[in-house]
Formats: sequence, structure tokens, C-alpha cells
Amino acid sequence: MTQTAITVDDVRKSYGDLKAVDGVSFSVDEGEFFGILGPNGAGKTTTLEIIEGLRQPDGGTVRLLGQEPWPRNTALLPRIGVQLQATAFFDKLSAREQLVTFASLYGVSAARADEMMELVGLTDKADTREDKLSGGQRQRLSIACALIHDPDIVFLDEPTAALDPQARRNLWDVLRAIQDRGKTILYTTHYLDEAEILCDRVAIMDRGRILALDPPATLVRGLDAPTRVILERGPLTEADAKALPGADEVVVDDVSLTITTREPADLLSALAERRALAGLQVRTATLEDVFLELTGREYRA
Amino acid sequence: MTAFKSLATAMVKIFYRDKATLFFTFVFPLMFLVVFGLLFRDVGTSKTEIAVVGNGPVITGLQQTGALELTRFRTVEEAVQKVKDGDLPAMVAEEGDKVTYRFAQSDQTQASVVSGIVQGVISYVNQQATGQPERYTLDARNVEDSSLKPIQYITPGIMSWGVAVSAVFGAALTLVSWRRKQVLRRIRLAPVAVPTVLTARVVVTVGIAIAQALVFIGVGLLPLFGLRLTGTWYLAIPVFLLGILAFFAIGMLVGAFCKTEEAATGAANIVVLPMAFLSGTFFPIDQAPPWMRTISEIFPLRHMNDGIMDFLVRGKDAGALVVPCLVLTGFILVVGSIAARVFQWEDA
Repeated sequence: MTQTAITVDDVRKSYGDLKAVDGVSFSVDEGEFFGILGPNGAGKTTTLEIIEGLRQPDGGTVRLLGQEPWPRNTALLPRIGVQLQATAFFDKLSAREQLVTFASLYGVSAARADEMMELVGLTDKADTREDKLSGGQRQRLSIACALIHDPDIVFLDEPTAALDPQARRNLWDVLRAIQDRGKTILYTTHYLDEAEILCDRVAIMDRGRILALDPPATLVRGLDAPTRVILERGPLTEADAKALPGADEVVVDDVSLTITTREPADLLSALAERRALAGLQVRTATLEDVFLELTGREYRA
Repeated sequence: MTAFKSLATAMVKIFYRDKATLFFTFVFPLMFLVVFGLLFRDVGTSKTEIAVVGNGPVITGLQQTGALELTRFRTVEEAVQKVKDGDLPAMVAEEGDKVTYRFAQSDQTQASVVSGIVQGVISYVNQQATGQPERYTLDARNVEDSSLKPIQYITPGIMSWGVAVSAVFGAALTLVSWRRKQVLRRIRLAPVAVPTVLTARVVVTVGIAIAQALVFIGVGLLPLFGLRLTGTWYLAIPVFLLGILAFFAIGMLVGAFCKTEEAATGAANIVVLPMAFLSGTFFPIDQAPPWMRTISEIFPLRHMNDGIMDFLVRGKDAGALVVPCLVLTGFILVVGSIAARVFQWEDA
């Protein structure tokens, strides 16, 4: 039976009139990759900081591995790892010196620093000062700092924000490697596509509340949204497309022809028979559509 | 490595890798020390220069007084011309038994000093010429007075000031920059005790202060400056250490209130600069007007300065420890407990 790593029950936090976190409850199992999604200002970071024990909630309870994180609980601290902003380093120290210093705060040997450097792919940057690292490298160093003491629960706050696509993908590999080590990961992001790929379960958050909580695929399927089949413009005319079995709606622009359908099997086999699959793309709903459905607003990260 | 050791190591590296900090810790105070040391080196020792012509017992006597510097000229006219031009205050010519003395009347004080010396020498020579024993004898000896040679107060003053500045700035800037960069948050999330972090910073601050003291005193001791330490110099150590802690506490207080490094630098300057000027860092406080001396009593720098000077250069005994140590300890306790109360892990 899997154990519960994180339990959050009706947590609330207000700043003046603003209800930053407004009755949030969820639990995360050990070994789970759990994502909190939402636009900026949704209350993701505040929720995370309350769970980490950096802020006191106005109401509600948090349990990490059965213990309370607030007030500062030094018995719990070695078991959680928190990735902080990419700037949270000592001035003028090299990547390796940062890791060795943080390692010692946990009573961990310096050898572990090299191991972490290896994991996040910074071995060749070990002697580079923190201010000479690129954004992606700093982000990875920050994650290495969070993992230095081999914690059971890892918190990551927008680890991929402001990274270029290549760096983002490298980081995904690192995150998957962490999960393979059996760690529980709680992370926030405003990239819905990324959450869909990485998370076991996601909580969609907006204006301090959790609007939905499920595995990404369940959320998307729950929408019962139509499938869009996109083809190269040309081979098929708009009228032909409309006549195809299962085709509900057809839109043509300069480069493509898009057919909306609720019977993709019929439509695709008909297209295959006609050998009209040039440039084929099949798109189902995404978490973005889920967000749109839940809030009635277009998603803006 | 323990948390304490590695934090201290990190702080030392951060310190010596920052060129600006190194400059303000060592070079900047040293510049003051060198400039003031050289500027005031010859104060009180410059001699009045006069013109002399010819030779004889009077001129020899003048030379032996050691109070005047004599410049020789060949003719009386030449020497008088020098006095007329205002280049020299007086001339003395000796030809046989006749001694001519001419002085410039512009500077009455100098003229009377020189006249006194010349007349004294002539009376002495006259008395010697009579062959009679002296009726009155003069017992003259110099005594050590409490006014110090400039280097003797400049060195402890600059040292206290330099140490105070780096303790305040070290504490305040570390706190502010670590809070702003979330390093404090990382430390908060690690199972490390707060006193460990604080002690590491105090130990590094004290270490830096000792290095400063060695450099400043070392430079002062060079023959060029001529600093002389007295036998009880080691009694200055407790005052020195308490002073560092007092300024460390002030730095923690400044760091607790300031959100940015710029604000902390400004606030630290506002705290330390007036203290430096009013506490006898650059000039002896005894020469200041009474109101300034009274005001300066409230500054920890004044007490640190006095305490260190008493032992380093005045040679007082252990009894003089009481006042500065009590005042500085009081400062540490009051300011330190306020700083602990207003300390914040993060910006609200």
C-alpha cells in the first residue's frame, strides 16, 4: 500500500483583502509526481511555501510525512528538499562550492556534491562562479541544491520558467530521473503542456482555489471535446471534406484544412482510403482546454 | 565538514573574492593612516631658521642650543637683505667682540623667541668670559606629558574606525544580501541551528578585524611613522573584541531594517561616519570643544577608541578596562537583543 507523503487540508492564507489561498485540500502519495497548475497569481507559490513551512497558514493543516512543517521543524527539514529561485546562491562561489556548502548544512559529505553535479549535468561547470552560469545551468544547480541531502519529498517552484526549449527538455530528463529514484515530487508550473507530460496527477488552481484534480488524461477526457484533424491545404476541397463520414465542421486557412470530428476512427479511415493524409496532425483537447472550460477564460500563463 | 566550518569558509571566500570589500577593509583606512601619519609626522619639531655671518663663541653657542637652524652667509649685507626680503626672521653676525643682531618686525612672536635665545647665549658667553663660577644653576629636564605624538593617536583611531566599519558592513550586507537572494531561506530550510550561522559570521568578522589590526599597527610601527606601543598593549584586546561585537550588533540591526544592499550601505554610513568624526578617530578628542566631547560619550566608537588608546599607547593599567568594557558590553546586549527581536528571515 502506498503511503501518503503530503496531506493538505483546507489551507487558507489572505493578504489584506486578497485571498491568496482559499481553502485548498489535497494529498500526494509517496513516489507521486504531482503538479499544481495555474496562471501567475493563482496562489501556487503561496500554497507551496505554506506546505514547505516557510509561511504560516491563516487556517487549515499541513502534514508532511506525518509531521507539521510550521513552525520550523528541524526534524522534518532533512527529509524535504526545496528548489528555490535561480538566484538563491552565495555570492562569488563556484557551482561546486555552493553545493559543498549546502551539503555541509545537512551534514552530507562533499562527495555527494559531485554526484549531484553529475545528475544535473553540471560536472564541466563545477568551478564556474554562480554569476557566470546560464539561466538553465543555474536552474539545474538550484535543483541539485534541493536534492543534495537525498530528501524524500522534493518541492519545485516553476523549475522550467524562463528556460529555452532545449534547456527545458534537459530539465525534464532530470526531473524524471528524480522520480525514478522513488522521490515524491510536488511542483508548480504555468506550462500546461509540460504538466501533461510529466505529472501523475495535476491540480488546476485559479484565484486561490483548486478547480480540478486528476491525472491529466482523465481531465482531458472528461472534457468530451471533439478531435481536430489537420491536413495540408490543397488535395482535399472544403466541400469534399464536409462530405466525409464523421466530419462536423471544416475550416480552411492559408496552409491547412482543419476538420472537427467526434468520430475520429470513421474520419481517419475514410481519409486513408482516399490517400489524403498529407501533413496529417490529430489534435485532441489539452489541459489548456480544460482550464478554459473550468474558468471560462482563455489560459494566459 | 561541519556546518559551522563550511559556512565560515564560504564567508571568508566571499570576503576575499570581493575586491571592493578588500579595498574598504584594508587599503582605504590605510590611506588615511599613511596620509595623516606623514602629514603630522614633524609637528612641533620644526626649527626656526636664521642667518649667521662670521664665527665666534656666540655663533657656536647658538648652534649648541639646538633650537635654531643656522644658515651661513658671507657678508652682513647679504644676510640683512635676506631678513628684509622676509625669507628669514633674523640674522646674527659676529665679528671680534661685536655681535650684530637684526630681526624682522613683522612677526613679533617669532622675533621675541629668537631674541630670547640670542640674548641667552650672549649672557652665557659673557658670564663664561668673566671666569667667575655661576651663582645660579638651572636644573632643566623634560617630562612626558599626556599629549601624544600624532601617530600615537592616529593609529588606534584609524584602527578602531576601520574595524568598526567592516564589522557593521560585514554584518549588515551579509544579512541583507542573503535575505534578498534567498540564501537565508535555504539556510532556514536546512537543519542548521541559527546560532551556528551567527557564530560563523562573528568568527569571520573577528578574524578580519584581527587582520586589519595587524596591518594597521604593523604599518604604524614602521620607522617612517614611528608608532611606539606601551607595555600594557595586550590589555587593549578585550576592548577590541567587545568593540567588534558592538559594531556587529549594530550591523545586524541595520540589516534587519534594510531591504536592499544600497539602503544598508547608506544606513551603515549614517551610523558610522558621524561617530568617526566625533569620537577622536582623526584627531584627539581632548582637543575638541566640550559639547562635542559630551556627545561623543554616547558613541561606542569613542569608548572603543579610548579603551584601545589607553593601553596601546598610554600604558594605563587594568583599572582602565572597567569603563570601556562595561559601556561596550551594555551596547552589545541592548542592540543585540533589539536586532534579534526585529530579525526577519524574509521580506514580509
